Amino acid sequence: MTVDIHKSDGPQDGPRDVTRVAPESIKAIPVRHYGRYVSAVVAIGVLVALVYAFAQGDVNWDAVPDYFFDSQILTGVKNTVVITVLAMLLGVVLGIVLAVMRLSKNPVTSAIAWFYIWFFRGTPVYVQLLVWFNLGIVFEYINLGPIYKDEWSSFMTPFLCALLGLGLNEAAYMAEICRAGLQSVDEGQTEAAHALGMSHGRTLRRIVVPQAMRVIVPPTGNEVINMLKTSSLAVAVQYTELLRATQNVSQTSGATVEMLFLAAVWYMILTSVLSIGQYYLERYYARGSSRSLPPTPFQRIRVNLLSLGRPKGGVA
Amino acid sequence: MTRTVKDSDMNGTPMVRAEGVHKSFGAAHILKGIDLEVAPREVFCLIGPSGSGKSTFLRCINHLEKINAGRLSVDGELVGYRQKGDKLYELKDSEVARKRRDIGMVFQRFNLFPHMTAIENIMEAPVQVGGETKAVARARAERLLDRVGLADKAGHYPSRLSGGQQQRVAIARALAMEPKLMLFDEPTSALDPELVGDVLDVMRDLAQDGMTMIVVTHEMGFAREVGDALVFMDDGVVVESGHPREVLTNPQHDRTKSFLSKVL
Repeated sequence: MTVDIHKSDGPQDGPRDVTRVAPESIKAIPVRHYGRYVSAVVAIGVLVALVYAFAQGDVNWDAVPDYFFDSQILTGVKNTVVITVLAMLLGVVLGIVLAVMRLSKNPVTSAIAWFYIWFFRGTPVYVQLLVWFNLGIVFEYINLGPIYKDEWSSFMTPFLCALLGLGLNEAAYMAEICRAGLQSVDEGQTEAAHALGMSHGRTLRRIVVPQAMRVIVPPTGNEVINMLKTSSLAVAVQYTELLRATQNVSQTSGATVEMLFLAAVWYMILTSVLSIGQYYLERYYARGSSRSLPPTPFQRIRVNLLSLGRPKGGVA
Repeated sequence: MTRTVKDSDMNGTPMVRAEGVHKSFGAAHILKGIDLEVAPREVFCLIGPSGSGKSTFLRCINHLEKINAGRLSVDGELVGYRQKGDKLYELKDSEVARKRRDIGMVFQRFNLFPHMTAIENIMEAPVQVGGETKAVARARAERLLDRVGLADKAGHYPSRLSGGQQQRVAIARALAMEPKLMLFDEPTSALDPELVGDVLDVMRDLAQDGMTMIVVTHEMGFAREVGDALVFMDDGVVVESGHPREVLTNPQHDRTKSFLSKVL
């Protein structure tokens, strides 16, 4: 460009000119993406049709807020949370044991762990729940020798059915997650610990497990969220969790579909809370591995609020 | 300058004695009969081409690898076994672990614990294995960090340290158990050239203090200057041994000559 050549022979006003003469921005006719218009119109059309359909349907929307904090519903929510936490706890503890068994040099324990995982991952959890529920048909009593003896029906409550059905199934998945986590830790770490005179157990507890947590925590968070939703299958064993509670209400109120919507909203609230918890847990276990952690949403909001008052580019 | 090994040390129990040590991984025969002795307070250098078995031999000394044949002893005691009459009994894991406390090891890839700060790395073994209180362990860890020139890095995680700094923390970590023998497995091979000097300085300082050291290395300058004895290994056997200056300047075997011509 001729302007540049002209400027370059006046060295003292060169830098000033650079800031004054901004490059001319390109003015061109943009390509029209007609396909985008079409797909947007189609998508909006489908959405409108759906909303219209539900508006035409005989839905008593008021029933959702009316029953949202109904005592039966709240009991269901509480039971859903309780069974999720306890089944998950059983799954994690048993899963760690299975993972260690699977990685052990003892061929018997390793084979047993393999078989357990194969069996519980290979059958649907719904079938497992029904099996626990119907075991009463084949066992009349439970007899643990001198420790415990009772009739099967009073021993195997709906709660225990749900806990065993969900927890034992979860253990198989947790075992695989823990195994992957333990194996992800560099072998040099174990060697360094052994060379310092640390025993196998201490090496596992102090060196390997803390590092494996970074790999274990994210998928475990997903498992908790999955468990919360899968716990609705406990309806099959008469356990009064959230879904069953809404069904009980709909029998008396007659608002069947509305109560299902209500259940869906409660599930979404609970899973959203869990997602936030998982985010902070992952941050905690990332320490030492990444040089600076990304800001949390709250930190990001605070930074954004602070920079609102300033003019753009004020950072420099 | 280099210390001369005292005659009294030579007459006592050797720190490490290997007799006909063999080691194979499956079909791969790595060590084919190693015989050597390392005297107390000696800096013993192992050199040789990669795959010659020097690192494997080093790892046998603290039983990270099990030997298949021969006898290997540290300070007069067999490594990994107990002898009763003419029978050998394998040691329990806890007994092996106890013996390893007296042998410090420094790895090529540092192997610091990434979830602990520098000082926590050094305190870990004294507190967990040695049963020391945290205060005592911390005081010594601070002295050791100061000794390797990293007193200001105590609270840093390994990911925030350079390779040379990590390796110096790793040396301090090994020293925290107050070992009688230190094993160095190519301690400077993974470092950028300008960081090698700091690590070698720490090792030189350690040698001056009279620590018994076995060093697998490619640093011929270090071997010549600090080493008391040097062994050239190739293909699982000891080809040549002697005082570093003699072997490095006047090698006798063709294999030694050809190796040295490539690295010097």
